[in-house]
Amino acid sequence: MASTETTEQREFREYCSAWLIEHKPPPTKIPLPQAAYEVTSEDHRSYLVDWQAKCYEAGLIATDVPKEYGGHGHDHFQQIASTEVRRANAPYFINWIGLGMAAPTLLAHGTEEQRKTFLPPIFSGEEIWCQGFSEPGAGSDLVSLQTSAVKDGDNWVVNGSKVWTSLGHFAKWMLLLARTDKNDRYNGITYFIGPMEAQGVTVQPIHKMTGESGFNEVFLEDVVVPDHYRIDEVGKGWQVAMSTLTNERGAGTGVGAIANSESPFAAIEQLIALAKREKRNGRTLWEDPVWRDKLIKLYERTEAATQNFRRLGVKELNGGAMRIPLQGKLTGSELGQALHQTALSMLGMKSSLYIGDPNAEEDGRWALGYMNTYTGTISGGSSEIQRNILGERVLGLPKTK
Amino acid sequence: MAQPKDFGYGEEQEMLKDSARRFMEDKQPLLALRASIKGTEDPYFGESRTGSYDKAVWNEMIGLGWTALAVPEAAGGVGMNLVTAIAVAEEVGRAGMPTPLTSTLQSTFVLRESGTDSAMSWLSKIAEGTSMALAIYGEDGSLEADSTDITVSNGKLNGTSWYVQDLQKIDSLLVAAKDEGAVKLYCVDLKVSGVDLQFDRIVDLTRDQGRVTFNDVSAECVCEDGASTLQKAMPALLTLISADIAGGCEWLLQATAEYAKVRTQFDRPIGFFQAVKHPIVNMMILGDQTRSLVYAAACAYDTDPDNSHKAAHLAKSSASDTAEFCANRATQLHGGIGFTWEHDVQIYHKRVMHSQQLFGDGIWQREKAATYF
Ligand SMILES: Cc1cc2nc3c(=O)[nH]c(=O)nc-3n(C[C@H](O)[C@H](O)[C@H](O)COP(=O)(O)OP(=O)(O)OC[C@H]3O[C@@H](n4cnc5c(N)ncnc54)[C@H](O)[C@@H]3O)c2cc1C
Repeated sequence: MASTETTEQREFREYCSAWLIEHKPPPTKIPLPQAAYEVTSEDHRSYLVDWQAKCYEAGLIATDVPKEYGGHGHDHFQQIASTEVRRANAPYFINWIGLGMAAPTLLAHGTEEQRKTFLPPIFSGEEIWCQGFSEPGAGSDLVSLQTSAVKDGDNWVVNGSKVWTSLGHFAKWMLLLARTDKNDRYNGITYFIGPMEAQGVTVQPIHKMTGESGFNEVFLEDVVVPDHYRIDEVGKGWQVAMSTLTNERGAGTGVGAIANSESPFAAIEQLIALAKREKRNGRTLWEDPVWRDKLIKLYERTEAATQNFRRLGVKELNGGAMRIPLQGKLTGSELGQALHQTALSMLGMKSSLYIGDPNAEEDGRWALGYMNTYTGTISGGSSEIQRNILGERVLGLPKTK
Repeated sequence: MAQPKDFGYGEEQEMLKDSARRFMEDKQPLLALRASIKGTEDPYFGESRTGSYDKAVWNEMIGLGWTALAVPEAAGGVGMNLVTAIAVAEEVGRAGMPTPLTSTLQSTFVLRESGTDSAMSWLSKIAEGTSMALAIYGEDGSLEADSTDITVSNGKLNGTSWYVQDLQKIDSLLVAAKDEGAVKLYCVDLKVSGVDLQFDRIVDLTRDQGRVTFNDVSAECVCEDGASTLQKAMPALLTLISADIAGGCEWLLQATAEYAKVRTQFDRPIGFFQAVKHPIVNMMILGDQTRSLVYAAACAYDTDPDNSHKAAHLAKSSASDTAEFCANRATQLHGGIGFTWEHDVQIYHKRVMHSQQLFGDGIWQREKAATYF
């Protein structure tokens, strides 16, 4: 690969990789969930918060954020740090919503005071954030959200309920969308920093098909939110939410969010190794052209994702600013699902064995991981919605609605 | 006399299927299942699962004669054919019912193919309500009929059998064992000494599974020529599990179609959007292909043995791929709600994906089918 790294970048990469080798923490007693979305135990929480704080202190998080907001004030270092964390197979960062969504949103839309107050504890992991967008009646059609905020002096009084709120059980703050005008769909939404520890907030866990929890229903009953917790102007919530979502879908700059430390490359390489071990009909799957074809096709998709990402660095080759970025979440999540489906097929009967079974392949990670791939294809705008967006925004096809 | 129906599916079959459906709707097996697995949800922190099921319901099913369904009349059974058995298996699948019925029906067909006196006496026990499952897989989960890791010498079984279905629900096992290389079949009461059970932790909530280790267990040989008997019964085994899948996928289809009519987003029921409508239709198309191939395979087994292997491999090939597709689309198209533990989609999702692998997935079946061309 033709390297375009500057000397400083190369030195920073070497620093990160050396630091990670030295400081990567020993594994937890009970294994960590596969991603930050499913962390629920207190032991895991404190282990992960400690880890994030160390990484922040070492300069691996918020590398490119200005110093006055608690960042390290570099330029184009974050990608390097994040890549190295993944490469080291180090634990993910529990505050992935804070890092991946709250921080970029505050940097783009927050007041000076909000940035100075809220950013440093996001970086250190001290204050965990959650995202209160979806409601029972407003999923794909987010703009139909009904949670209301009514002005009362210097405060807002919020009523309604949010659902599927990942990390709501640990969060101190919520990225809260509420309706401030019933008569204006788009301009009637305002964006707030929701205090999760305030009176009137109730968090109830929801269980996932894996048996894990990690997301919640959040009930908001006469919750008082001071006006200085409002992000951007009254009625601008939808525009601000779009910038949050751009980051959630991986099309933003980010400040080092890593919700899941396994790269698709690691997964496909493990699959190929598995194919070389698993036997059918007296030969390994790898010796069988049907399986080799499937696996190389998956490898090709993985490689294409990487090269797409690389091509982003060469604007002239991009065919429009959002064309590739908007494909990232869609293709990445579907690739992850296909990788896991293939793993289960390769394992045959062994795919039936789950976490905790002594004979399960890698302690059941493929079955668990398969189910958790629906997080990617459903949340943050489902695959169907992503295809609508690409068709409409990138290709100019007629709008569904 | 009414004109006989195709597939051998006549009034008797329809009545049985209909009563099976009403019975299962009435019993609400998933409510009972949910009550029994409370506290076991979390894969790391939950209690271990017992694979329990409703014994009283099972006794009623025995009383209705379903275990005796395919047992020959000479052994005290009803003597019905495979088409009749799959009519019930399809309803079991549609209900997602935890029950050893499908395993018992599969064992019945193997014993029928054996036809020895000892096989007949075990068939009589099945007719009276003894449940049975197949212990024919080795550790590698290999799908060949002769791949057992159990050996036999001086009439004693030794070794471990893997991936035995419904192990916590059954009374007896039909074991494939190698006697100096030749596969023979044995029947064993699970309660005899020397039989050691280890239960797997599996994904599928509606089934249980485990390993059985034999330590010098005396067992009754029911077939000296096990490999060819298993091979002859294989179409029945494949067709029964495919029927279970067909039933489960029909449930997934109906649930998803219903949900797409009532869930509104963008001021429309989501089924209005073609990105939702078309995959649901594809679930139906695949499910219908599977169902037709399943009935064709059963009919071939009953009336056209020369073509039964090819037909059964095609049916299970179709069923396996339909299972994966329907499970996937049903969860996806339900959005967040379909991803929850509380929603029944996840129960069917896991059941049909378990069945997808049982006796071999689509790729395996196509490789086998190819040998019949
Ligand atoms: C694991 C997980 C974690 C989550 N975490 C959070 C969180 O932290 N915070 C938060 O706010 N939300 C979160 N969500 C919610 C997520 O963003 C929503 O589930 C998602 O937006 C879909 O909404 P829905 O579940 O209501 O499904 P629906 O919108 O009801 O969609 C159902 C199906 O219809 C399809 N569909 C809907 N409209 C159209 C259309 N116009 N064209 C084509 N197809 C369409 C969808 O693609 C989907 O397949 C999470 C969800 C999951 C599964």
